[in-house]
Amino acid sequence: MPESSFKDHVRESRTLTSRVIISATVVLILLGTLVLRLAHLQITNHNHFTTLSHENRVKLLPLPPTRGLIYDRNGVILAQNLPTHSLEITPEQVRDIDQTLTALAKIITISEDNLKHFHRLRKQKRRFDSIPIRVRLNEREVARFAVNRHRFPGVEIQARLLRNYPQGESMAHLVGYVARINQQELERIDTSNYAGTSHIGKTGLEKSYEDVLHGTVGMQQVEVNAMGRIIRVLENHPPIPGQDIHLHIDASLQAIAAEAFGEKNGAAVAIDPNTGGVLALVSKPGFNPNLFVEGISSAAYGALQQSDDNPLFDRALRGQYPPGSTTKPFVALAGLETGTITYTEKKFCPGFYQLPKHEHRYRDWKKQGHGYTDMEKSIVESCDVYYYDLAHEMGIDKMSRFLRPFGFGQKSMIDITGELRGLLPSREWKESTRNIAWYPGETLITGIGQGYFLTTPLQLASATATLATHGILRTPRVVAQITGATPSETANPLQPEPTRLPAINQKNWDDIIFAMTQVVEGMRGTARHIRTEEYRIAAKTGTAQVFTVKQDEEYDAETVAEKMRDHALFIAFAPVKDPQIAIAVIVEHGGHGGAIAAPIARIIMDHYLLDDKPLTQEDQP
Amino acid sequence: MIPRSAPSRELTQSTPAKQQGALAWLHLDLPLISGLVLLCGFGLIVLYSASDQSMAQVERQLIRLGLAFVVMVVMAQIPPQQLRRWSPWLFGAGILMLVAVLIFGHTGKGAQRWLDLGFFRFQPSELMKLAVPMMVAWFLSSARLPPDWRRLLIASLLIIVPVLMIAKQPDLGTSLLIASAGIFVLFLAGVQWRLIAGFVALLAAMAPALWYLMRDYQRQRVLTFLNPESDPLGAGYHIIQSKIAIGSGGIYGKGWLNGTQSHLDFLPESSTDFIFAVLAEEFGLVGILALLAIYLFIILRGLYIATQAHDSYDRLLGGALTLVVFVYLFVNTGMVTGLLPVVGVPLPLISYGGTSLVTIMAGFGILMSIHTHRKLLPT
Repeated sequence: MPESSFKDHVRESRTLTSRVIISATVVLILLGTLVLRLAHLQITNHNHFTTLSHENRVKLLPLPPTRGLIYDRNGVILAQNLPTHSLEITPEQVRDIDQTLTALAKIITISEDNLKHFHRLRKQKRRFDSIPIRVRLNEREVARFAVNRHRFPGVEIQARLLRNYPQGESMAHLVGYVARINQQELERIDTSNYAGTSHIGKTGLEKSYEDVLHGTVGMQQVEVNAMGRIIRVLENHPPIPGQDIHLHIDASLQAIAAEAFGEKNGAAVAIDPNTGGVLALVSKPGFNPNLFVEGISSAAYGALQQSDDNPLFDRALRGQYPPGSTTKPFVALAGLETGTITYTEKKFCPGFYQLPKHEHRYRDWKKQGHGYTDMEKSIVESCDVYYYDLAHEMGIDKMSRFLRPFGFGQKSMIDITGELRGLLPSREWKESTRNIAWYPGETLITGIGQGYFLTTPLQLASATATLATHGILRTPRVVAQITGATPSETANPLQPEPTRLPAINQKNWDDIIFAMTQVVEGMRGTARHIRTEEYRIAAKTGTAQVFTVKQDEEYDAETVAEKMRDHALFIAFAPVKDPQIAIAVIVEHGGHGGAIAAPIARIIMDHYLLDDKPLTQEDQP
Repeated sequence: MIPRSAPSRELTQSTPAKQQGALAWLHLDLPLISGLVLLCGFGLIVLYSASDQSMAQVERQLIRLGLAFVVMVVMAQIPPQQLRRWSPWLFGAGILMLVAVLIFGHTGKGAQRWLDLGFFRFQPSELMKLAVPMMVAWFLSSARLPPDWRRLLIASLLIIVPVLMIAKQPDLGTSLLIASAGIFVLFLAGVQWRLIAGFVALLAAMAPALWYLMRDYQRQRVLTFLNPESDPLGAGYHIIQSKIAIGSGGIYGKGWLNGTQSHLDFLPESSTDFIFAVLAEEFGLVGILALLAIYLFIILRGLYIATQAHDSYDRLLGGALTLVVFVYLFVNTGMVTGLLPVVGVPLPLISYGGTSLVTIMAGFGILMSIHTHRKLLPT
């Protein structure tokens, strides 16, 4: 028995040893597999996993640039970035959110909507993200919270910059506005440069000079943890702020011009003929551009869009009006230059004009007629019959060819997008677009700026400036200078070379301009009541028909509804000897140009030429 | 120079001899204890980094390690014959407690594992990690080896019953460890190869049934293991982030405390089940090879002790306990490297946490006891 027990013992021990050796072998094989696996991960795929690890922890954060400011010629701010305060809560730092909200509501107004919005955002955001509970706090609220701040850990006032237009309505069309980037814009813009930017220029200068104003985005490379929380900043490339733009526009002139319109709608454009710089660009009525920055309510937007006054419409650049009698100095000049007529040659005006072998009577505005009329009288008293006959004798082709270089029917190429080209009628234009022959009667009404003839207020002002400079057409410019953070960034935007009109006899310029001064200074001048002793004005009034009076009827301003009343027009430049300002004013449904539009122009000129105290920064509210 | 060096050599020789004497008196095994201390030290260094340099966490782990070493020393004092006698009683008590857990068990992390005894909470499944191999070894060594088929069947039941009870808690990791401990005893007892082949075939045939028995989250783990990229933010996230941590460590690692995956919280459970990935990220392949070398040394020493043991019970138990440590190691590292599905098994003696630490050290205490209480074979 002990013998067998011993044998058993040895046999069992031997079995076990062999099994242990097998086990050890298996252990070694499995450890070898593990090492191979590790080598596969750590050597073969090391680069791959290093990339993944890097991507895990490093994130790029865009740093949006600060938008450039817009100044007028005197340094008055037209567009700025104002800090706006919002109250934000970081849930992870707040012990009891509901209690905090109740306590907050006691010092700051928090509406049901605010709460609802907050709770919705809270579900979407991470615990360490700060969530706005109230935006646009006023100063009182900011101060009240600041005093109680210690009671609210995890609640903070956040400031961010919001575009603001201190001039409001009067600059709305010119400066334009920024608003949230929409889908179409997103497809157009360089999205990497707009990373972190929420707003983009939508209209006016904000749109036209978007590239200059926006600046260049900066980047921050940060290390984040698995929850996305920023642990530290690895690299920092600060953004390059947008450049500021300085305009030719005079904010006080603009404000005074807008005010001069009163309740009337219309547009006024003032240009410095020596530079082409636009001094004022008014479209009435305006609107409050600040509404658009944070998103306008659909009700407010609907009201603006459906208003009969059409406040969103930029009349200065896009309003196309018949120029009416303001065309006459240009047509008269055409008559002289084409040799159709001389300055002193007289025509008889019986109060109407008839084409040979035609029954139709083309009326003069003065029913009883002007009698014998030379060119000076035709401009001073604005005789229509004189121009019917002159246009008829000159013919549409010569007239159209002569007027074109003044910029009629073409875009002025002003540095704000969106202008319309107006329409300068011609035989070719009518045949190509309407496929109808040109009728002789159409030549007559083109001669007095009616019919197909359409101009924008900007075109009229620019053409007037061209009269003032004796034929030097300068592209109108709004922006005078672009400045950046460093002097090297300062630039003057490219000013196109002025175009010189085909040679025109100096005497003819003098004659026409003399006639235009008589519009103001002559005893029978249509704008005689704006005469001033301070400086001399060369001008022309105009009245553009909106409503066609039938052959046997008479136009009676009293009975014609306001919407059907004539547009009042006025062009002028001053001082005559050394022109500093050229103006076009259009008052919609204003009636006679001399009565309504001329005084507005006078106010603008007075302010620009006489008041040497411009509105300065200190006068800002 | 030479006269000076002579006494110092004497000194260096005498010190280990003294220690050897103290260790022998405490029934401790020097190679084994050296490996364990080295391993635990390495573990604390990694834990310091994995816990985001939390000295408090390192201190808590140090206390647990101290407790575990005490348990080890205590276990080393108990002669194996005593353990052998206790085996059936321990096993019986374990089964009773498992029944109690299933009835009154305290739920933690979605699974019933704890037995709340008022003053402290106890996991009976931990006890079974030792009790099952002891019981099977006791049962098999009470007759001639290798066991005949009837004894084999009973031994299998002794394994399957507690394993199923623990799997039902559910605790897949622990039931796997206990099952393997039992199976190792059978294997070391010399179960015939054809029976082993039959067993493997049976297991393969049962795989579909096993799938059916699994809970949803367990099935999900298997699916995720097969294709982790199918669910990168959900269940697959662990594996993906772990692989990124290991792979980005490269050969030499990112350096201690410089692992971005673990410090920025991309790596889940970085101080517990996934601590191996932290080590791989910061110390690279070189660090891992060093760690695996220590483990291999400990395992080979354990197996050597088993072969030198006094009787069959000692041999079977010692071998099984050693191999279980390897199962821990391989299941954990296999999971972390994406070789195996996610099963909650800690990296032995390195992962933060106490329960399994004590059990493992108790196992090593038994191994030391086996080695230091052995008598010379009768010649």
